[in-house]
Amino acid sequence: MNYTPADLWFIILALGLGTFLIRFSFLGILGDRQLPPWLLRHLRYTAVGILPAMVTPLILWPEATGGQLDPVRIIAAALALGVGLWTKNAIWAIVAGMATLWGLGFIVP
Amino acid sequence: MSASSPRTAYLRGLRTALPFVIVVAPFGLLFGVVGTEAGLNIAQVMGFTVLVIAGASQFTALQLMADNAPTLIVVASALAVNLRMAMYSASLAPHLGSAPIWQRALIAYMNVDQTYALGHADYEARPDQSTAEKVAFFFGTATPIIPVWVGATALGIMVGEAIPPALGLDFAVPITFIALIAPALRTLAHVAAALTSVVMAITLAFLPWNLWLLAAGLAAMIVGAEVERRMEARR
Repeated sequence: MNYTPADLWFIILALGLGTFLIRFSFLGILGDRQLPPWLLRHLRYTAVGILPAMVTPLILWPEATGGQLDPVRIIAAALALGVGLWTKNAIWAIVAGMATLWGLGFIVP
Repeated sequence: MSASSPRTAYLRGLRTALPFVIVVAPFGLLFGVVGTEAGLNIAQVMGFTVLVIAGASQFTALQLMADNAPTLIVVASALAVNLRMAMYSASLAPHLGSAPIWQRALIAYMNVDQTYALGHADYEARPDQSTAEKVAFFFGTATPIIPVWVGATALGIMVGEAIPPALGLDFAVPITFIALIAPALRTLAHVAAALTSVVMAITLAFLPWNLWLLAAGLAAMIVGAEVERRMEARR
């Protein structure tokens, strides 16, 4: 990470203010009015649209291995996904993924 | 209804939210650990946690900062993750829109995934509540959730300073994202959006400044919305 303290605080404050304005938008400013259905439909997919893109390079070319495919990380990610789909519980998915990473990393050095 | 009913609603909110502390604490803890390992100081980690209160976007910012992305890209991408909260705000507005502005501002600040979900479910189940009761219920849900989130992060900072960097914690971030995505893949439209997101991230990886992230997110939103529209049209 290569930022000045001023850069870091700019990021923190801008993200804090921006997030507040998103949360305040309809409650505080726009009031009780209906969102057009097409916009609601798109907003429903923001998290599930952005987070997988965020994850993909971290799994396929992780920095910790110098960008090389790492079977241990791929298996750990697959198990976390499987457990998350099966249990619908984020905490169990994290436990499964990290336990796999540490367990396999111990066996396959 | 008696004059004490906002009090009843507050306590009901508090009780309803208590079990969700177990969900919130590990994410707060993890952000404290990973933020510290990434090189942020205590004030910066706590700044994120207190001012933003949105785990997924905080982890997004952290990951892009690890890649040294330009500051505006970091902010735009992390904010994009939070856009869903405009929907939360819109769906609470009919219930809470007549509350005093300071209460609405405080509710907006504390409108996180858990408080929103619990509040909205309660307002739908008890539609004849007064605005004061609805506000009290929301504050009730926030009473355990927000302090536990902040406290868990502080604890995570202490843990992060104690554990060695060789534990593969860099991988805790993608695992956390997968853990957040998997339970959300409820419909074909959600799955289509997630797959689009992955494919776009791979094909657009050449774009500078992590722009592939915003591009993939936008494309995935369009695909998700379009699949949902077609599924509904077929019904």
